[in-house]
Amino acid sequence: MQEYFNDVADLLQGLLQKDEVYTASFSGEESDFVRFNKSAVRQAGAVSQRAVTVDLIEGRRHAAGSTTLTGDLELDRPRLVDMVEDLRETRAHVPEDPFLLYATDVRSGERVAENRLPDGAAAVGAVRDAGQGRDLVGIYAAGGIHTGFASSLGQRNWYTSYSYNLDWCFYHRADKAVKTNYAGFEWDPAAFSRKVELAAEQLAVVAHKPIAIKPGQYRVYLTPAALYELVGLLSWGGFGLKAHRTKQTPLIRMIEGDARLAPGVTISEHTAQGVAPNFQGAGFIRPERVDLIKDGAFGQCLVSPRSAQEYGVPTNGASSRETPESVEVSAGTVPQAEALARLGTGVWVGNLWYLNYSDRTACRTTGMTRFATFWVEDGQIKAPLDVMRFDETVYRVLGQNLDGLTAEREMILDSDTYFKRSTVSGRLPGALVNDFAFTL
Amino acid sequence: MLDVLERRFRAAAPKVDRCSLRFMQERHEQVSVRQDVVQPVQKSTDAGVMVTVVDKGGMGYAATSDLSEAGLRRAFAQAAEWARRTAGKLVLDVERLPAVTAQGEYASPVARAWETSPLPEKVDLLRGESARLKVDPRIVDWEASLWSVDVETLLLSSEGGRIHQRLRALMPGMHATAAEGVESQTRTFGGHAFCRQGGLEVLDQFEFRAAAPRIGRQALELLGAPDCPSGAMDLLLAPDQMILQIHESIGHPLELDRILGDERNYAGTSFVTPDMFGTYQYGSKLLNVTFDPTRPEQLASYGFDDEGTPARREFVIKDGLLLRPLGGRTSQARAGLEGVANARSMSWNRPPIDRMANLNVEPGASSFDDMVKSVERGVFMETNCSWSIDDSRNKFQFGCELGRLIENGELTKVVKKPNYRGISATFWRDLKMVGDERTFLVMGTPNCGKGEPNQVIRVGHATPACLFAGVDVFGGA
Repeated sequence: MQEYFNDVADLLQGLLQKDEVYTASFSGEESDFVRFNKSAVRQAGAVSQRAVTVDLIEGRRHAAGSTTLTGDLELDRPRLVDMVEDLRETRAHVPEDPFLLYATDVRSGERVAENRLPDGAAAVGAVRDAGQGRDLVGIYAAGGIHTGFASSLGQRNWYTSYSYNLDWCFYHRADKAVKTNYAGFEWDPAAFSRKVELAAEQLAVVAHKPIAIKPGQYRVYLTPAALYELVGLLSWGGFGLKAHRTKQTPLIRMIEGDARLAPGVTISEHTAQGVAPNFQGAGFIRPERVDLIKDGAFGQCLVSPRSAQEYGVPTNGASSRETPESVEVSAGTVPQAEALARLGTGVWVGNLWYLNYSDRTACRTTGMTRFATFWVEDGQIKAPLDVMRFDETVYRVLGQNLDGLTAEREMILDSDTYFKRSTVSGRLPGALVNDFAFTL
Repeated sequence: MLDVLERRFRAAAPKVDRCSLRFMQERHEQVSVRQDVVQPVQKSTDAGVMVTVVDKGGMGYAATSDLSEAGLRRAFAQAAEWARRTAGKLVLDVERLPAVTAQGEYASPVARAWETSPLPEKVDLLRGESARLKVDPRIVDWEASLWSVDVETLLLSSEGGRIHQRLRALMPGMHATAAEGVESQTRTFGGHAFCRQGGLEVLDQFEFRAAAPRIGRQALELLGAPDCPSGAMDLLLAPDQMILQIHESIGHPLELDRILGDERNYAGTSFVTPDMFGTYQYGSKLLNVTFDPTRPEQLASYGFDDEGTPARREFVIKDGLLLRPLGGRTSQARAGLEGVANARSMSWNRPPIDRMANLNVEPGASSFDDMVKSVERGVFMETNCSWSIDDSRNKFQFGCELGRLIENGELTKVVKKPNYRGISATFWRDLKMVGDERTFLVMGTPNCGKGEPNQVIRVGHATPACLFAGVDVFGGA
């Protein structure tokens, strides 16, 4: 696919007129998707797709368009020719863009992974075997993901990875279930078996009679998966320069006021440790690491090229959405193995779900517990908990009420497949938190 | 082009029990002006096919953007391979699925097509609206935008089915953010709800050209407003919040694929069980809910769903009684329940699943003034800005952009950060009054997420304003 994209880039080069410049970003995938319910297959199939987005630039005027491609250059030539002509026509009717910025410092590169994926049928067989005698529901997604960048200035960047992501639950009944994710680049039957065994052990606990607690404040342990949900919400406008300068950031009290998180909390966009490409749609290369929150205080923003131009600061290769793609939360000192004992009496939150802001400017969030969430007494799991709604500010959860972060962190490969398979990831510890407010 | 595709389908279709091809082409164009600066115009064309093979008890699909005959043959081979792999391993009996035999055409009614207005005219319109949003120096961000969508689909089946549809929609947007110190407030043009099928006439239907100064002023008013009070009180919801309430606490729990368990790993399950249809009192007797993909201007109207089932208006809740789930022909065959024509996919690269299409609360008999007069202490809330609900679609918490107190039968001061929480299973039974036709508004949402692999789809909701009793209301921190 890389060779094909290079051909597309050459074709685009040949379509330019006079002083025109183009930038082009490419995304493609060949994915298998197998959906399971009740340990049987619900839907199974393959998706092959390629699309290119072209920004056609002349001076400070430009217009951007995208089109799907077949992968056969002869078939795609007319589409690309038509698109470029249409963009040229559109560009003639728009004024100069004061905030246009694209990479002019040519920095080419490539990162091409080896395909070590299992055969689709074999993976499906393994999943069905794991579901024997159980109620397994979820999805297996696997295949190649390709991202490219080219410009008429000669820059070429390419990224190929081959990954699988099995995201599944063992269900007891109703909403009582254990959620597990097994994702990576090379299927390890032994590792998968360990995941299945662990989930089965938890399922036995989930099958106990559940406990309902009253709304109030409780000591909780947030697993890395639960903390990932909270940091994911925070990423929604929390770290982008545009959201900061337009005062729409949920962290406005850190920026304009004196709010802080706990001194031990550092949140970074750690591209070097993630699985996302290190380049973005306008051709800029991301630094290895950007500290967004540093020792509890706000650090740097994610700055897209457009925001960089608008606000007069350098870009750090953020996407136009200015959200982290390889987020990392610093480790603490609590040994993972002691988390249950250190929790003492309270709630072990396996997963959080459907988070949103109840007071954005106070960074107050709400959401639900989900899946394996347990009531714990004296460091012993007593029973699964009926789902509870929380309503808490991030300043309390990761600030004044944070009792500790675990020393071990978990790598989470995002299972999102909206439009295409995600390359977003997170690396997070678990968190012990006091006085966590449940409201419903 | 579609004739060529049809010939290629006939030529490439394999000898299997049954097969189908679904072509989808989606064109988008987005024009926006932010802080009086014209943003880059975004255009996109996305086209491809999904072929599906059902054979010897198995079923598989393959999606490709290669529309050549060779491309279709490759896709059919992949789909057939997945059908072979899944034979005898499926959660459903494919022999029980009805044949796709329908033939027909459907097109959105469009009075003034997007293309009839040249780009400079649209830019001028948005420049004007953008300028009118900035009513005060404390407005720190403001934007006006137009998003046009033009979708063409063709569904062909080996049993002779042929359905061609063209759906066009316009989604206008506007927002203004006011800020001072550590506080900021954003007011929008109906959230994302003021969108419909049609052309540029949609702008007049939602009075787009009159909205900007009001949005700017209300953002400022919110900036200086007190927080919404807390307590159990009456809650009057404007249509642009009602659509979220309908969507989350009626629409999703009634989706039959959720009830059948397909979504339990992602979007969630449902507190509704199959035995509740026909017997369960979902809401007060004032609650009447229809599934209506036949309302021409609504965002998710169509002639046929993506499994080829002709669209029809159906009551899903009548006089508060739950009647039928939102499930297409596949889910109906699995559950043995009558449903609706709602199997839809977001694109050529995703298989159909049960979606809401248009799900509407029917108008009642109360005027807006009568509803306000009936309230001794309560809040009127407008425009959703926050939504969260549990995976059974029961415990919810929603927030709105703007609240206005109702005191002794009169609308009084504006309050900011209005939120409320409740439980679906009981909330609708506290429906006290339903607004009449004059309060009724046809809207939609462009971003409903669900499914594995994930799909985001356009959904329509039409509703009057509604009054609920004894709701747990609260404000900011």
